[in-house]
Amino acid sequence: MENPLKEEELKDHITISYKPFAKYEYSAGQAISKYLEGLKEGKIIGRKCNKCGRVYVPPKMYCEDCFRPTDEWVEVKDEGIVETAVASFISWTREKIEEPEIVGTIRLFPSKENDYVFPGVFHRICCSYEEVKNMSIIGKRVKAVWKSQRKGDVNDIECFKVI
Amino acid sequence: MRKVGVIGAGLTLFRRRMLETPQELAYIAASRALDEAGLELKDIDCVVIGSAPDAFDGVHMKGEYLAKAGGEKKMVSRVYVGGATGVMTAISAWYHVASGLCEKVLAIAEEKMSPARPHPQSVFKYIWDPITEKPLNPNLIWIFAMEMHRYMAKYGIRKEEIALVSVKNKRNAMNNPYAQLPGNITVDDVLKSEVLVWPVQLLDVSPTSDGAAAMVVATEDVVRRYTDTPVWIEGVGWTLDNTSWPGRELAYPRYLENAARMAYKMAKIERPYKEIDVVEPYDPFDYKELHHLEGLMIAKKGEAPTLLKEGVFDIDGDIPSSPSGGLLGVGNPIAAAGLMKTISIYWQLKGIAGKMQVKKPVHTGVAQAWGDLMQASTVIVMRN
Repeated sequence: MENPLKEEELKDHITISYKPFAKYEYSAGQAISKYLEGLKEGKIIGRKCNKCGRVYVPPKMYCEDCFRPTDEWVEVKDEGIVETAVASFISWTREKIEEPEIVGTIRLFPSKENDYVFPGVFHRICCSYEEVKNMSIIGKRVKAVWKSQRKGDVNDIECFKVI
Repeated sequence: MRKVGVIGAGLTLFRRRMLETPQELAYIAASRALDEAGLELKDIDCVVIGSAPDAFDGVHMKGEYLAKAGGEKKMVSRVYVGGATGVMTAISAWYHVASGLCEKVLAIAEEKMSPARPHPQSVFKYIWDPITEKPLNPNLIWIFAMEMHRYMAKYGIRKEEIALVSVKNKRNAMNNPYAQLPGNITVDDVLKSEVLVWPVQLLDVSPTSDGAAAMVVATEDVVRRYTDTPVWIEGVGWTLDNTSWPGRELAYPRYLENAARMAYKMAKIERPYKEIDVVEPYDPFDYKELHHLEGLMIAKKGEAPTLLKEGVFDIDGDIPSSPSGGLLGVGNPIAAAGLMKTISIYWQLKGIAGKMQVKKPVHTGVAQAWGDLMQASTVIVMRN
């Protein structure tokens, strides 16, 4: 009953193209606005819950675990440990790209190796494909490389680089 | 709570670029499920619809759109927890009956991923945080690759060991008449396939698919009237973690352990690795099946690859895993894929899985799905 089509057979049927037209203007909110302002100054800002001690980076106005407001703004180090890293050979539309984009997550300090949750960021990592492939980058200590012209955007950090 | 059973199920072929519209796919699966149950649409009280993002089909409010497949003039609800939706559809059908609200419920899950241009990947861009993540131009495979590499790094697992999941599932799919990508492949084929986002390669990933699945769920009285080989839903669990995945240990799926504990408690399962006979863990990527077997507590942390190598999860092993062929072999029309896994367990427990039927006798089966941004998990336990 069902009829799967080959790419060329699609032409035998009427198909319609449609491009949605939708634009958004987001409000960053209290926590992320402060975070973005921090980035502009070359700082990574978090928010701490004094009940459980958890530091949220990016910051949150309430602690999800304690379900109460977080208490204070804290500046964390722009240094940490690479938890994981990958090398992408495709764009977000799945086009092939020649030079891989390298991204991963970084557990920022202060934090300890066995923490299940920690202040953490998702960002680019400046290293070679080889270091991703042989996994030597995972576990390395890295530091943010800041752009000289900053505008309050996650891209104010160029990437995280091994120190 | 009332006892709840399954009396019928239906699938469409899982394929890329179906001629049929989403509504037609949903209708085909629903008709097949009603036929297997021996019911007509007029006998159904409530309809539950599951579909992942609206954006795949290019319409808004897909629940209302798909209600044409049998929900008109009936109580209809839609569930959506990303990739975890398929099993959530069955769970939602269960609580409609368990609560005493409905006698007979039709659960339908559909996804048509082919129409998205330039690629369904583009649709996933809108699940990332618009301010802290999207400016890095991520694609969805990035998070899986990050999780896979973390899992490999933490437990010292090699790609060769993970590729065995793809080999097993595509081989199992040879027995599945609905499957899109069955095949006898080798670990070498996986390791030589196109690198997408290292460590993820083309044969580590499930394909783009269109398809639908449907299941009929009913009260104990109805089940006993319609079948001599009942299959009961005895445990369900679902939980949602936060979206702060960069600030979490990615090597272990906490979101799943929480959901599994809830389902096992309800089904009175104390030792999952001893009491579960057959399992369909969610496998949109090969490492994900291993990750989920650990989250389901069928294997200890970091030990699923060893058990896989020993043949424990083979179709003739101690705990056959993805005997249907899973998403890697059958295909991945997201919500439909999760319900397909639930249906696969139902067919195994009823003994009508045909060439997919596992070798050993089975009494307790588990299906599981996972979705959103490393967040949601849904688990269902069934017994015959």
